[in-house]
Amino acid sequence: MSDAKAVADRLVKAKRLNALLTPPKDLRKSLLAQAAAARPTGVLYGMPIAVKDNICTLEFTTSCGSRILEGYQSPFEATAISKLKAAGALIAGKTNCDEFAMGSSTEHSAYGRVVHPLDKSRVPGGSSGGSAALVAAGAVPAALGSDTGGSVRQPASFCGVVGIKPTYGRVSRYGLVAFGSSLDQIGVFGRSVHDAARVLSVISGRDSRDSTCEDRDPLRLPTVPESLQGFVIGLPREYFPPELDPAVRRACDRAIRMMKELGAAVREVSLPHTAYAVPTYYVIAPAEASSNLARYDGVRYGPRFDGSADIRALYRATRGQGFGAEVRRRILIGTYVLSAGYYDAYYRKAQQMRALIAQDFRNAFDRGVDLLFTPTVPSPAFKAGEKLNDPISMYMSDIFTVTANLAGLPAISLPIGRVKGLPIGGQLIGQAFLEDEMIEAAYALERVVPATDEA
Amino acid sequence: MSQTGQHWETIIGLETHVQLRTKSKMFCGCSTAFGAPPNTQVCPVCLGLPGALPAANGAAIGLAVRGALAFGCTVHPRSIFARKNYFYPDLPKGYQISQFDQPLATQGTLSFVSPERGAVTATIVRLHLEEDAGKSIHDRFPKATAVDLNRSGVPLIEIVSGPDLRSPAEARAYLQTLKQLLEYIGISDCDMEKGSLRVDANVSVRRVGETVLNTRTEVKNINAFSFVEKALTVERDRQIALVESGGSVTQQTMLYDSKENTVRPQRSKEESHDYRYFPEPDLPPLILTPEFVAEQQSELPELPGQKRERFMAQYALSREHATVLTASRAVADYFENVVRAPAEPQAAANWVMTEALADAKDHQEQLRVAPGALAQIIALVKGGTLSNQAAKRVFGEVAAKGGDPRTVAESLGLVQVADTNVLSGWVTDVLGAHPTEVARYKNGEVKLMPFFLGQVMRASKGKADPKLAQRVLEEKLSA
Repeated sequence: MSDAKAVADRLVKAKRLNALLTPPKDLRKSLLAQAAAARPTGVLYGMPIAVKDNICTLEFTTSCGSRILEGYQSPFEATAISKLKAAGALIAGKTNCDEFAMGSSTEHSAYGRVVHPLDKSRVPGGSSGGSAALVAAGAVPAALGSDTGGSVRQPASFCGVVGIKPTYGRVSRYGLVAFGSSLDQIGVFGRSVHDAARVLSVISGRDSRDSTCEDRDPLRLPTVPESLQGFVIGLPREYFPPELDPAVRRACDRAIRMMKELGAAVREVSLPHTAYAVPTYYVIAPAEASSNLARYDGVRYGPRFDGSADIRALYRATRGQGFGAEVRRRILIGTYVLSAGYYDAYYRKAQQMRALIAQDFRNAFDRGVDLLFTPTVPSPAFKAGEKLNDPISMYMSDIFTVTANLAGLPAISLPIGRVKGLPIGGQLIGQAFLEDEMIEAAYALERVVPATDEA
Repeated sequence: MSQTGQHWETIIGLETHVQLRTKSKMFCGCSTAFGAPPNTQVCPVCLGLPGALPAANGAAIGLAVRGALAFGCTVHPRSIFARKNYFYPDLPKGYQISQFDQPLATQGTLSFVSPERGAVTATIVRLHLEEDAGKSIHDRFPKATAVDLNRSGVPLIEIVSGPDLRSPAEARAYLQTLKQLLEYIGISDCDMEKGSLRVDANVSVRRVGETVLNTRTEVKNINAFSFVEKALTVERDRQIALVESGGSVTQQTMLYDSKENTVRPQRSKEESHDYRYFPEPDLPPLILTPEFVAEQQSELPELPGQKRERFMAQYALSREHATVLTASRAVADYFENVVRAPAEPQAAANWVMTEALADAKDHQEQLRVAPGALAQIIALVKGGTLSNQAAKRVFGEVAAKGGDPRTVAESLGLVQVADTNVLSGWVTDVLGAHPTEVARYKNGEVKLMPFFLGQVMRASKGKADPKLAQRVLEEKLSA
């Protein structure tokens, strides 16, 4: 079982990133046991896959990067994990993340920030920063994350790896600790489109335990195309504003040119409600979060922060001390927007806007566009601490990713170049349940784009 | 009526929570069986563990639809589950999955007999599906509250009446009829003591003639059927006294204390002011196809009202008798089995309503005499073999020990003597023993006949056929 040992060694070597929450000893022991039990006939046999710490596993604890679930051992595992194991994959430890997936830098973890693999002064993005960093560092070929507003694609862009957020309902959420239930999807990081796509194909498909998971067969992987002949790629003008980082624009322009050279028809389109996406998202996601996180009350599991006999005092102490500042902020926002008297002005309005945003996409697709191409994030990885005290600026780094969550669409980020050594990602947004087309185009682009060259 | 002689009207609306009779819970596969050791019928879903998700129980949805149809509700092809958010230790997720602005069904009715107003039709404003919370147990451990989550996630329907009830007694009658209906259609056992039927009441008062609805209070913690009327009376009287002394009713929740027979306001701490309802994102809209609704309709048995009308028409029974006989499905079925055995319907009705129900009342509601046996007893009376009196003894004996009624009657020596020779002997003895009465009778005091008959019955130890005995007496006295 030297393979399992080598896997463990590689992961432990990446320790400086603070990307892995599983103690090395536990990791080694579990990997050996898993390798011994893995099914040799599985399509992912022996493939180590790191898993974001908000996905329930039997092998390791699930803390969601939070104090309030410190040491929490789930008695069941996520459907996605069961499917990976059935395919012979090894669960290669749990990765650090923003607390309950709330953040865009992996600085909001109760277990310390994750370091960008290429520049220790920078953030790897978030909230699935630990998973992105480990894949970027070559410690694992693939990792699972979760994407509620961009939490897979944004760190994939920052770290220079591939990140896929599937269509809402493509992958079971059973065992994914809920943040914004109507937006959450488990997503995949890979060194290549192929690595990410084959993991996605394994974890996709129906699950009776998740009523929002579509009754569909697992995703079938497309072959790598010779060209992009016949593809119509839309460029939403709202995603290329004048203030866009020039290097990001240069990288996108280069990728667009290459897609044209591959035979794709490229066409400008408009998604007029894009400007409202971030505010809409920051009403809906916190509203759902405020309810989803109500269960962490110190009564049944997790640490209790007060011995007081008064239940209200117990709630206050446990939730006050167990949650970090960003989580508390979002619970407050969510509680506020759902309150009597404010519901119509905020939550209902946001739902209406969400419908308009989804309609924008349908309109574009109805006019013959197959896929949309956009930058994944407006800028390369920012410095640690840079946006920590400016939540709005932090939230704006999701500006190009939240729309796919609001509309429930699949999207992929892949590296399309670098600026001063820092990776830049390009995003393809596909039509619902047409991940195969999206992946096909990503294969083609990946093959020609100089991903590690300066743009 | 109150001390000052003013007439008051009470306005009551009831919110009834009924546990549906399913094997498994509303959103997971855990058992709903009552009485298991605490926290043994639980799983990640009903414990609200991180990462668990609900999946709706189709059987519960079917039963809820049946309930809605029984009230004649409009069943909506699309309804929405919603989260009702509040913190409580026995609510593991911090929210209850319920339905809010788009419930399963609306606009039904329930007709019942009010003790004051006769036939009343109350509106059923809405009927929706939800899950139960767990149970907080405050008296098990000193200074601590224990939580049992076996009940967490058990399927419930909430049935909300309009403000259509006008007295505590009427509320009780409404609830009785509602319970009867739900038991009839078999969707719940409606056992208040096991908590499978719970009721909260909205109460307000106004002076007779007023048409406005005044501020109401919500009375909770009415945990037995017998407390419904008491709790509502206490609250009504409290409100009347308050208004008459110049005060005004404030909207609040009152908790009923059955030991003291009082109500007290719930502490504001215990109250949840804002449930922050929003659509449950973990569950898609509940879509009911016309086929599914039709299937539930076909599963409905004959409803009590329909059955009552049929009994009146088919068996020529009075409304009163038909009402008693259709009060429960078991009794109605029993009655019809006696008739089919066969027996004459009115006689069967009389026997079921008196002897059978009285016996059942003393024996855990068991109808102990088989329908065929009761039909036989009725036949023995009709054929003159048993007196009514003797038949009741036979009924009691068959109920207690079983057996064939005729054999039982014979072994008890209760078979009537209809042999004129034997009867003549008893009559001769009686007349011989009472010469004075004989003389008076012959002088026109015919009212003495029952006296002679009684004496004959006594002499025969109750075995004489009374009709025949009277005939023999008349013959001998006129001789």
